Amino acid sequence: MDIFVQQLINGLTLGSIYGLIAIGYTMVFGIIGMVNFAHGDVFMLSAFIALIFFLILTTWLGISSVALALLIVLVIAMVLTSLWGWAIERIAYRPLRGSFRLAPLISAIGVSIFLSNFVQVAQGARNKPTPPMIRDVIVLFQGENGYNVALSYKQIIIMATTAVLLTIFWYLVQKTSLGRAQRACEQDRKMAALLGINVDRTISLTFVIGAALAAVAGTLYLLNYGVVSFNDGFVPGVKAFTAAVLGGIGSLPGAVLGGLIIGLIETFWSAYFSIEYKDVAAFSILAIVLIFMPSGILGRPEVEKV
Amino acid sequence: MRWQQDPILDVQHLTMRFGGLVAINDLSFKAGRGDITALIGPNGAGKTTVFNCITGFYKPTEGMLALRKPDGSQLLLERLPGFDINWKAKVARTFQNIRLFSGMTVLENLLVAQHNPLMISSGFTFLGVLGLGGYAKAERAAIERAKFWLEKTRLIDRADDPAGDLPYGDQRRLEIARAMCTDPLLLCLDEPAAGLNPRESHDLNELLLSIRKDHGTSILLIEHDMSVVMEISDHVVVLDYGTKISDGSPNEVKNDPRVIAAYLGVDDEEIAKVEAEIGA
Amino acid sequence: MNAPSITTSSAQDTAVPSRFNLAAALKDAFITALIALGLSIPILSYKTEQNGSDLFLASRWRLVAIFCAIVFVLRVLEHAFLATRAARKALPDPHQATEPVHAEPSAYQKVSRFAIPMFLGVAVSFPILVYLVQGGLNESRYWVDLGILILTYVMLGWGLNIVVGLAGLLDLGYVAFYAVGAYSYALLSTTFGLSFWICLPLAGILAAFWGMILGFPVLRLRGDYLAIVTLAFGEIIRLVLINWVDLTNGGAGISSIPRASFFGLPFTAGEGGFADTFGLEFHGMHRMIFLYYLILALALLTNFVTMRLRRLPIGRAWEALREDEIACRSLGINTTNTKLTAFAIGAMFGGFAGSFFAVRQGFVSPESFNFLESAIILAIVVLGGMGSQIGVAIAAIVLVGGPEMLRNLTFLKAVFGEGFDPNEYRLLLFGMGMVAMMVWRPRGLISEREPSVILKERKAISGSLVKEGHG
Repeated sequence: MDIFVQQLINGLTLGSIYGLIAIGYTMVFGIIGMVNFAHGDVFMLSAFIALIFFLILTTWLGISSVALALLIVLVIAMVLTSLWGWAIERIAYRPLRGSFRLAPLISAIGVSIFLSNFVQVAQGARNKPTPPMIRDVIVLFQGENGYNVALSYKQIIIMATTAVLLTIFWYLVQKTSLGRAQRACEQDRKMAALLGINVDRTISLTFVIGAALAAVAGTLYLLNYGVVSFNDGFVPGVKAFTAAVLGGIGSLPGAVLGGLIIGLIETFWSAYFSIEYKDVAAFSILAIVLIFMPSGILGRPEVEKV
Repeated sequence: MRWQQDPILDVQHLTMRFGGLVAINDLSFKAGRGDITALIGPNGAGKTTVFNCITGFYKPTEGMLALRKPDGSQLLLERLPGFDINWKAKVARTFQNIRLFSGMTVLENLLVAQHNPLMISSGFTFLGVLGLGGYAKAERAAIERAKFWLEKTRLIDRADDPAGDLPYGDQRRLEIARAMCTDPLLLCLDEPAAGLNPRESHDLNELLLSIRKDHGTSILLIEHDMSVVMEISDHVVVLDYGTKISDGSPNEVKNDPRVIAAYLGVDDEEIAKVEAEIGA
Repeated sequence: MNAPSITTSSAQDTAVPSRFNLAAALKDAFITALIALGLSIPILSYKTEQNGSDLFLASRWRLVAIFCAIVFVLRVLEHAFLATRAARKALPDPHQATEPVHAEPSAYQKVSRFAIPMFLGVAVSFPILVYLVQGGLNESRYWVDLGILILTYVMLGWGLNIVVGLAGLLDLGYVAFYAVGAYSYALLSTTFGLSFWICLPLAGILAAFWGMILGFPVLRLRGDYLAIVTLAFGEIIRLVLINWVDLTNGGAGISSIPRASFFGLPFTAGEGGFADTFGLEFHGMHRMIFLYYLILALALLTNFVTMRLRRLPIGRAWEALREDEIACRSLGINTTNTKLTAFAIGAMFGGFAGSFFAVRQGFVSPESFNFLESAIILAIVVLGGMGSQIGVAIAAIVLVGGPEMLRNLTFLKAVFGEGFDPNEYRLLLFGMGMVAMMVWRPRGLISEREPSVILKERKAISGSLVKEGHG
């Protein structure tokens, strides 16, 4: 029971991060129907941006309040990662829009390879550890054998940040004209353009929002694990994509739901089964979900037209 | 009334539901051997759904679709896997929105249609890869058959062009030629005259009549163009909202008040009134 | 977001300038350089260095300045280039960037007439040419090794081409079958002592078997989803190879795999060896050259079988499946079997290549079969032009040989200092190259399709008509 509750907390924390990344996949897939393969690497890049700015703020500028530093880092990481998201779309995807269907996928794989190697070359291949930023925990209750079920401050921060930012972006996509333009482009890009929607800008903004949320995920990932390396993009990226599909690709609440489910599955699998086969489990779930429920939990089923 | 005495296709109590939507409701009709049977009805009446059930793209919710072969044997189409409907039951079809292999040449399209017999003669690829067996000869025969249909559809000059390059009317004819290359007993055409100009439409009528006459292939077609329907069909079945509202020779159907009402959008009450007036 | 265009094709957004406007170009280049500056903060401007357990930062603003200056200059040059090109062609077709094939004469026919015999000639005589140019067996080792590497990828590309190019099934986990082949040989030869020539067909059969097993569940999937599931399968196989230590020896891999022998004659110095039997002086390069011809033969076999299959009903059914699966079903083609055959035959060649890899290396470990390999092979197929055999060969040379050339650019050390290792940038440039190639030619180098049968006259089919498949 005590282990169960602890894993539940850990799983929800991890799931929040996956959910944030998954939104980037789901929005891009929704609007232009492509799997943005590079999104996991954008996430990894943002974790590096956060790491470097955290170091700048704490060691050079001497900001002692961790909370303040984190807030500034979060904002900067979101802005700079958004710029990356925008630039990637502009350089690698926009010229291919409306062309051969495989081309954007290959291009995205290229971007993914580029990003991870760019970070490797620029920052070195070794893991980058940070000293634990926040150590405080709240002991919820003491289980058998003196095992403390704890909720750490960083877990609270992760879940709270996720919840707040999701609410903001949810509002943005659901209630504003940007959101309406986005949904119109999802339905029919040509018609949307004819009705005066700036399709290019809408798609750019989708990438920007996806990248900004990935930056949140990257910052929180760094906070949670305290270490990041250049090849940390691929596996979390695949897991987040699984989350997006599981929740129903194209659906924002679905992405978050999927993220939480994947996070929970991963932590429980590691706790009760085998940690070595943790990623095998993640990939298997991906395959099973895609094969048996490709429209996901909250997605709309696709009907084959003859 | 050939469709009563010697039907090639016997549809009984066909029902197709998609979730809560009833696309076809308890439809029964027969298509006669050697007949040209037209399936007509307003948009959304369920005609293409009937086709998709016959050709195996949908599994009917209920009902029976029996195909009677000339030797008297009978195949239940709803029980066959999709591809066997063409290969075993010899039912071929065309599509409302043309589905050619647009990146392959016209000739290749017609060879793909002869896939199954060619597969056998290539020893299911094993002999063909080694260059053994009678594959070369079989392929020549297949090309001859393709040439025959290309001549017939006047596409022979375009044999080596990609199918996607053909003009619309040619693509329609090629789709029919491709279906005929599978040597079907029943040819199902989904709006073959859609988008054709009057001349092309006339040529199409000639082609369909000659297919029936020279090859004994029965034809089932969906058509909105009444000139085609009235001119060539022997038997017309009218659908509206997934149910059959009329069934008979073109002339009978033409004067059926329910058909007129369905097409002109008249209330049920008025139908009763009209029926009373003409004493039906 | 009225930011400047970064790519050439986005010139269509703005009116094409009829004359080179220096002020506008400079302004635009300045903005682009600003964006480059934004992108390089902080990843490029600060490097995290590790000192014990502490991280500290080192500034590299000089590097950023150089980078931004390069971007600025390139952007100005691009403007100048576009302006001159625009002046030449009064009004460029806005679709040119995405559909370059329409206007050009058949690239296939241009290439095939000269290139195919030439390629074949060079491939067959390559070790001799290298020997003559380099002036010795020892000196030619590197080049023969590179030739083997490229041919391995040519073979893998041709194998995957069956699945992706012909059948239109997007497979991102092809490396799994390469792994199955390699481990089949490694395990069969080390445990049962079977020879390479017995293991080769077995490896092919096992890989084909796995192709069917993995192909079966994904039959219904299309496009990107199929790609992702096959990626997942590829990763699962790799992770199982890492974790199933009892069978595979885990991440440490299997070593001391029996080396290739010349049909039973080992490449050893002693009596009864290859050199001894043929009265040659023993040299380590004999085995390399034998391996070169072995992979050349295997690759040509792949090519031969693929060309044959294209002219058989199964090959036409694959291509028809790529064009329109629904029409295939209506013509009596069993789409399930057809897809599975494509997976199986593609996997079989992957398996052959895998067992060649094992016999060449003498060592296999799961790390050789990661996702990057699949991505490279798929990139070779797509860049080559899906379905084009010669295109795939050219793409393999460009994508595998090109980055390899970086090793030789030692003069760069003179420019960037001793610590500069161009090889570090191999994958970085590879990724950029993939993007650039897709932007330049989204349909690959040779997008024309060659008809499999002709009645009167051979005409290549424009790539814009050829579909890429649903799955």
